[in-house]
Amino acid sequence: MSAAETRTIYKQSDYKSDIKPIWCPGCGDYHVLLSFTRAFAQLGLRPEETVVVSGIGCSSRIPAYTSCYGFHGVHGRSLAIATGLKVSRPDLTVIVASGDGDGYSIGGNHFIQACRRNIDMTYVVMDNRVYGMTKGQPSPTTEPDFDTALSPGGTGLSPFHPLVIALASGANFVARAFSGEPNETANILVEAIKHPGFSFIEVLSPCVTFRPDEREWKNKVHPAPVAATNDPAKAARRIMTDDGFNIGILYRGERRPYQIKAAAKAIDIGELEKDFAL
Amino acid sequence: MPEAEHISVAIVGSGGAGALTAGNFLLEAASLAGWHGLLTRTVGPQIRGGEAAALLRLANRPVECLADRLDLLVGIDWQNVDRFGAEIEVGPQSLVITDPASGDLPAFVCRAEARSAEVPIKEMAKAISEGRPNMIALGVAAGLLALSEDALSAVIEKRLAEKGDKAIDASKAALKAGMIAAAKLDLGLRLPPPKTRAAQRWLVSGNEMTGLGALRGGVRFAAAYPITPASEVLEWLAPNLAKLGGALFQAEDELAAINMAIGASFGGTPALTATSGPGLSLMTEAIGLATATEIPVVIIDVMRAGPSTGIPTKSEQADLNIAVYGLHGDAPHLVLAPQSISDCLFTTQWATYLAEVLQSPAVVLSDQFIGQAAAAIDRPADVAFIGRRATAVPQVGVYKRYAVSAGGVSPMAIPGMPGGQYTADGLTHNERGTPTSNENDHRLQLDKRRRKLEEFSYGDHWATVEGEGELAVVTWGSLTGAVREAVDALRASGRAVRLIAPRLLLPAQPERLKAALEGVNRVLIVEQTHGGQFYRYLRAHYDIPAKVRLLNRPGPLPIRPSEIVRLAMQWSA
Repeated sequence: MSAAETRTIYKQSDYKSDIKPIWCPGCGDYHVLLSFTRAFAQLGLRPEETVVVSGIGCSSRIPAYTSCYGFHGVHGRSLAIATGLKVSRPDLTVIVASGDGDGYSIGGNHFIQACRRNIDMTYVVMDNRVYGMTKGQPSPTTEPDFDTALSPGGTGLSPFHPLVIALASGANFVARAFSGEPNETANILVEAIKHPGFSFIEVLSPCVTFRPDEREWKNKVHPAPVAATNDPAKAARRIMTDDGFNIGILYRGERRPYQIKAAAKAIDIGELEKDFAL
Repeated sequence: MPEAEHISVAIVGSGGAGALTAGNFLLEAASLAGWHGLLTRTVGPQIRGGEAAALLRLANRPVECLADRLDLLVGIDWQNVDRFGAEIEVGPQSLVITDPASGDLPAFVCRAEARSAEVPIKEMAKAISEGRPNMIALGVAAGLLALSEDALSAVIEKRLAEKGDKAIDASKAALKAGMIAAAKLDLGLRLPPPKTRAAQRWLVSGNEMTGLGALRGGVRFAAAYPITPASEVLEWLAPNLAKLGGALFQAEDELAAINMAIGASFGGTPALTATSGPGLSLMTEAIGLATATEIPVVIIDVMRAGPSTGIPTKSEQADLNIAVYGLHGDAPHLVLAPQSISDCLFTTQWATYLAEVLQSPAVVLSDQFIGQAAAAIDRPADVAFIGRRATAVPQVGVYKRYAVSAGGVSPMAIPGMPGGQYTADGLTHNERGTPTSNENDHRLQLDKRRRKLEEFSYGDHWATVEGEGELAVVTWGSLTGAVREAVDALRASGRAVRLIAPRLLLPAQPERLKAALEGVNRVLIVEQTHGGQFYRYLRAHYDIPAKVRLLNRPGPLPIRPSEIVRLAMQWSA
C-alpha cells in the first residue's frame, strides 16, 4: 500500500463503477467485487491512486467494475503489467485480479516469479476450478475426475497447491478466502494490502454455471483452526494437509520486499556521451 | 605505393586467441588518428570460445558497409576458420600473413590465390614474457597500415589498465615486435591520413546508439530479457537509465518483458523492451494490446537469421514480415528501421517520439550487423524529437479516454490524476473504454487508431532519398550503406542512379514514394532475406510504375556494393 495520506472519506459505493457486470447470476465474483470495494473503503484508498490489473477470464472482468484505474490485459500476463507499473510508480496501490486458468495455467511462470520478487502488491486469484468464460474446461486446480467436453472422463491429473507454490516461491502473505463471506474476505484483503511485499489470496469463488456442485462450498468452508504463522515451512505443511476449505490468513512473512530504488539524482543526458567520445 | 580510399583488414584466430581484441585496438587507434572505421565480427556457433574474425575497414569518409575486397588477412592461427571463410573476401590482391607454425593455409585462402607472407607469430610471442600472439598480429597489421606506435600504445594503456603494468608492457613489446616484422613486408597500398576531422568523434556500436536514442527520445523504463544479438542494448541501458533516474527491470521471459513495458507506460513512464526474432514472436500478442489500449511502447528487434533459433550471431532482414504483419486483427502500429550505426541513434529517438505522440507501439528493426558492429563516427547531430504524449487534465463531466478526435489521438489520463480513472482494455471498447461488441464502436475505434497513424505528417525523415536518374535502387535498414556505396560508384562511372531507403516502414507512405520515384523506369530492390519480404512489402503497399528486379540473399553473407553495381550495370547495358 502506498503511504498516501487519506484526506477524503470514501464510501464503499464510491469504488463501484456504473458498468454492469457480465457475470452469471449467482457467480461468486459478485461477492469478490463487494469485498474489493469494502476493503478499499476501509483503507480509504484514493481511487485515482489505486490500480486494479487483470488478465482474461470471468474474474478478470473486475477492474472496469471498480472506479479505480484499471488494466484488463491479455491472458495470463496481469502480474507482468502490474510489475512494470508498480516498479515505475511505487506511489500507486496495485491490486491484481486473476482466475485459476489465467493465473495458474497460462500465467503460471509469472505467478512464481512475482512471488519470488516480492514486490509490494496484492494478488487475488478467484478460484472456481474451471474455465468459465470458455464454458467449462479443466484448470490446474480442477479435480482429476471432472468430466468435460474437452476432457471426457476427467483429466486424471491431480490439482496442484497454489498456496504452497506461493510459499515456496517467496510470497510474503498467503491467505484463503471464500467469496460467500464478503466481510471476512474484505478483512483479509485489508490485511493483504497493508502487508509489505507480495500478498497472495486464493478466493474460493463458485462457478454456479459450470460447477453447480460448488454451491456446496458454503457448507464446507470453516475458519482456519490456528492463527497465521510466520514460518513458511509450517504454513506449507498445514496447507498440504488441510481439507482445502480453511479460511483465513495462513502466513504472514517477514521476507524483505523488493526494494524499488529511489530515483537517483538525474544527471544531464549529455553526460552519457562521454563514454563514446574518442 | 598507390593510395587507397579505404583499406580492409581481417584478423582471425581460434577462441581465446584474441582476434577481436586486436581488431578493437586497431579500430580505436585508427579512430584516434582521425580515420573513419567499421569493425564487424564474425564468430562460430559457440557463445564463448571457438574461432573468431575481426573485420575492419578504415577510410577517410564514413564507412557503413563491408568492402568488396580484403587487403590484409592476418591469421593468428587457422583452426576451423573455414567455417566462415565465405564471409571473408580474400582475393588475388589480398596479402595474407600466416604463421609457419599454423600449418597449411586454409582452403578458402588457397582458392583465392592471394599473396602470402610468413611471420612466426607464436614464436615471437613466446620470446616476450607474457607476450600474446594477438598483440604480435596487431603490430603486424598496424605496421602495414602505417599507424603510429604511439597511438596503439595509448590504446593498450587505456584498455589494459585493469590488467596491470606487466600486461601492458608485454603487449607493447609484442606490438613493437609485430611492427618491426611488418617493416619487411609490403601491403602494396597506403591509406593517406585524413585531411580534416570533425570536432567531436565517437567510437560506438549500433546497439549503444539504439540505447542512447531511446533515452534521448524520453524512455525511462526498460524491461529486459536477454537474447543475442540484442542484449547489449539492454546492458548499455541498465546503468545509464539509472543515471537518468529511470530503471531497467529483468523479466522472466519476453511475454513478461513486453507486458512490463506496457504496464510502466500505462503509469506514464515512456518504456522500451529490446529483443530479437524469437522474442518478437512471443511479444506480438501484447503489441496488439498496446495498439488496442493506445499505450506508447518501443520494441527494439535486433534481427538475426531465422526462422526459429536460426543463426543467433548473424545478420538478416527477415523479421520484416512479422514486424509489419505479425499482429492479429487490424492493428495499425509503427515500424521503423535504422540505416546505419549512427542512424540507430536518430531512428530510435524518432521512434520513441512517434510512439509517445501517437500513443502507439513502435517496432524498430535494427539487425546484428549494425547492432554489434563498432564504428568510429562523427558525433551525430542533435535532433529535437523528445516524446511527450498528450495527457488528460482534470475536467468536469465524464472522461472519455478514447474520445474520437479529429486527429485520432485522445489525451491519456495517467494514474494519480483524479477524475481520469478508466480501464485500459484489450476488449473492443467505446470512447469511455467500456467493453462493447457494438459494430459502430468497433469501427469507430479501428478508424481512430488507423487515422492517427496515417494522417500524421512524418516529414522528410520517412526515407533517405538521394540522387536522380531513371534507375532507382530501393533498399532498407542496414543495407542502405552498401547500396549508397554502390550508387556512388555508379555515379562515378557516369550513371545517374537514385537511392531510396524508407526509414518508416509502417504506416506506408505511398504518396511520398510516388514522388521519390518520379521519372524512374527501373527499380532494383536490394534486401537481405531469402523470401523477398521487402519486395513483397513494396508490392503490397505501393504502386511502382517501373520494371522491377530483386537482389536478395539470406544472411549471413553480406550483400556487397560490387554485386549491386554489377547488376545495375547489366541492367543499364
